[in-house]
Amino acid sequence: MDFKDYYEIIGIKKDASQTDIKRAYKKLARKYHPDVSKDANAEERFKELGEAYEVLKDPEKRAAYDQLGKNWKAGQDFNPPPNWDAGFEFNGGGFTGGDDADYSDFFESLFGHDFGSTRSAGQRGQQRRAYNARGEDHHAKVLIDIEDAYNGASRSITLQSPELDNTGHVINKQRTLNVKIPKGVKQGQRIRLGGQGSPGMGSAPAGDLYLVIEFKPHSLYRVEGHDVYLDLPITPWEAALGATVKVPTPGGPVDLKIAPNTPGGRKLRLKARGIPAKTPGDFYVTTQITLPPADDEKAQALYKKMQQELSYNPRSALGV
Amino acid sequence: MNKLIILNGTLLDEQTELSLNELCCACSRPAEWVIELVEEGALEPVEREPMRQLESQWRFTADSLQRARTAMRLQRDLNINMAGIALALDLLEEVETLQARLRRYEMSAED
Repeated sequence: MDFKDYYEIIGIKKDASQTDIKRAYKKLARKYHPDVSKDANAEERFKELGEAYEVLKDPEKRAAYDQLGKNWKAGQDFNPPPNWDAGFEFNGGGFTGGDDADYSDFFESLFGHDFGSTRSAGQRGQQRRAYNARGEDHHAKVLIDIEDAYNGASRSITLQSPELDNTGHVINKQRTLNVKIPKGVKQGQRIRLGGQGSPGMGSAPAGDLYLVIEFKPHSLYRVEGHDVYLDLPITPWEAALGATVKVPTPGGPVDLKIAPNTPGGRKLRLKARGIPAKTPGDFYVTTQITLPPADDEKAQALYKKMQQELSYNPRSALGV
Repeated sequence: MNKLIILNGTLLDEQTELSLNELCCACSRPAEWVIELVEEGALEPVEREPMRQLESQWRFTADSLQRARTAMRLQRDLNINMAGIALALDLLEEVETLQARLRRYEMSAED
């Protein structure tokens, strides 16, 4: 297990005041909130911040954390010393919020279930509603390939959900579901699986499971809504003389007609070749004229011939 | 051998509508919370003839779920009030649109 430097995570000095800690945390929390930040690591960063703040905002936890010693460096292999929290009086001020599952092993080893033994098990964690209550809805992400949106697919997903066992302890239960991804899904859309959320209390029904569709990045295509984009390299002669070229699409290759004198950067639309939803998206091709390298005599001779025989000045409109 | 069972869910597309209750459950929030978001203009129920505008009969499009979930997280994580949430949701949507446009331009400008 790696040691975590909570001060470093929040970006403050070890002697920072509680106000400084709060201010620094709030600023970073806004910056890295997964709904706000486009940073790929935002979610991880936000969780880490939350954990660091959980410890540092609580004077008891902070003091306990501080006495671990100043010699630890972030990332060092760490095991809590025996009785490391002896001598601290924990009154369980109710500082720990959120789901246990969100915290790192490092946090759990220090402030996990045994920390502050006066804290009762029911005091935190899930709110348990009484009697007959519908189970909670769950939400999870499912990563798919663009091709899956064209053809439909099935994905197996593994979910971890905290549940209470017979003795009232929280255990992480794992289950695997095989889910059909219907043709025509788009980024951010949800699939609802009725009754696959938390079990209901008493005779009430179970909650639902919502799966949010997310596309894996693709080396060729980019997706926006139901539309798909591709950069298509073409030769100067294809651009100049016109041609019919093969174009890959996630639904299979198609023939595309390039009109004579097509400039680079021209956007061509293949209607209804995007994601095949009820209203199918379009497939957009942006032409990119690529030059054959002039690295042998034959190619150089051809370029020279053009130079001699074509009177073409692309800068004439610039007045030079 | 275990028989492989493949679950068939409901795709929440542009045509799917959610009830007030479904939206509440999906966000683990009471109806009052969703009503507050509507009053703030952060969520809009699907327009119906005036006869049916009882709150219990409200219907929401599937993208309201996305907005409501974001609202729920902003409130929980950053302690933003309803007016702030409504503003943040609109700004986030605008940023999204601008970024999509930017990506398109950058893509043609690359290489």
